[in-house]
Amino acid sequence: MLHIYCPHCAEYREEEEFRPKGEAHIARPVEPEATSDEDWGNYLFFRKNPRGLHHELWYHAAGCRKFFNITRDTVSYQIHETYKVGQQPSVTKQASSSKGAAK
Amino acid sequence: MQHYSGFGLVKHALSYHENWQRAWRNPTPKKKYDIVIVGGGGHGLATAYYLAKEHGITNVAVVEKGWLGGGNTARNTTIVRSNYLWDEAAWLYEHAMKLWEGLSQDLNYNVMYSQRGVMNLGHTLQDMRDIHRRVNANRLNGIDGEVLDVNQIQEIVPIMDLSRNTRYPVLGASWQPRGGVARHDAVAWGFARGADSRGVDMLQQTEVTGIRKNGNKVVGVETNRGFIAADTVGVVTAGNSGVLANMAGFKLPVESHPLQALVSEPMKPILDTVVMSNKVHGYVSQSDKGDLVIGAGIDGYNGYGQRGSYSTIEHTLQAIVEMFPIFSRVRMNRQWGGIVDTCPDACPIISATPVGGLFFNCGWGTGGFKATPGSGNVFAATLAAGKAHPLAAPFSIDRFISGKLIDEHGAAGVAH
Repeated sequence: MLHIYCPHCAEYREEEEFRPKGEAHIARPVEPEATSDEDWGNYLFFRKNPRGLHHELWYHAAGCRKFFNITRDTVSYQIHETYKVGQQPSVTKQASSSKGAAK
Repeated sequence: MQHYSGFGLVKHALSYHENWQRAWRNPTPKKKYDIVIVGGGGHGLATAYYLAKEHGITNVAVVEKGWLGGGNTARNTTIVRSNYLWDEAAWLYEHAMKLWEGLSQDLNYNVMYSQRGVMNLGHTLQDMRDIHRRVNANRLNGIDGEVLDVNQIQEIVPIMDLSRNTRYPVLGASWQPRGGVARHDAVAWGFARGADSRGVDMLQQTEVTGIRKNGNKVVGVETNRGFIAADTVGVVTAGNSGVLANMAGFKLPVESHPLQALVSEPMKPILDTVVMSNKVHGYVSQSDKGDLVIGAGIDGYNGYGQRGSYSTIEHTLQAIVEMFPIFSRVRMNRQWGGIVDTCPDACPIISATPVGGLFFNCGWGTGGFKATPGSGNVFAATLAAGKAHPLAAPFSIDRFISGKLIDEHGAAGVAH
């Protein structure tokens, strides 16, 4: 059971209160009508799906009902940080590899 | 290859079963193969087998980082059915079903395919409308299917709670008598043995660490045992497909999730068919050994950890006990997770890729086992010809650009 810190509630809650919503930081094309089929397909369907660090969107469904982001390891499932939508992650692949802690 | 038979069993008994031939060799990698298949699970081994058998291409290696059939092939709930809604998917899975029906003879290996029937329950009026639609679509495609009412279900599965006062009363079911279960390990071993006897090299404990390209054309794979050259590379790595795609430099419309299953302690025969419910979300069958084999949905988050969360197990067992109160005191023996590569439309990808000579067979999500022979068969044809087999063509990766998706969430997205 994951124990997740909701940055809006400022509390740890159990996994069952939350719903994972997949990869974070996917920007919707600004002009959908002018977007090529390929770019639109990429936006809708194609994902990084990394083995290791993953920045992902979560929804506090049975809590504050707000969205936020989690940086989580997809192998160990360890949660490195949670942060609000609009903010950037502080734990990234580049940051951890410069510390020699890349996994 | 030593032929397996009842007579052989008696003959080997006389020498205390000490002289059985090894089922496959453990060769040293050659420098170059015509085709390299990455991933030694059921689908990869089936691909190698049909390449050798139907296309005469035997200079083939199957590169596997662990041991043969040690991933999802060993972790699934072994259900086989072909009652898919859309033509493209129905044809593909029915192709597999027809191969299943002769597979033990073809491989000279008992895959224990038991056509005990698969039942998909409906709990709401909309469920029943969908079931009618799907069964009608199946029958138009020549796939067996019937709609059962509650009395007919009770006749087939007397122990199911079909009373009207349950939380989600059962209103009916679809029934595919040709569906059933097979012995998962035997499928991998049978294909491996058949491919090996035709000259295919099984390279176990050989992990692909990179895909070498020359321009935009694949020239081979880097492994922990050195570089292996090949003009054609087929990647069949299920949950790790995204990792392999990343090595080749592109993204897939696939996300990897943990999917759990569990088995109970062995019991006397009590359930002689496969019962699945999308609504309450669980499925159960009884293995020949006597244990209940239970599965359910994926964990919602991306994961490669080969384990899942307890809340999913709880949810699964609630569903099973809802359908079978008689199982409420059955003790569970083991629980495990596999990593499934799910596609947005719950259909697989059997496709060329942006890299020349590199083909992917992935995205089978939660239901790849049932397709094992069919998947290998059409992927072998695709690799041999360098272009998609007619049954595989609709499952090109391009459908996520064109929008021509094959939406099987109704038939496939939940229970497998």
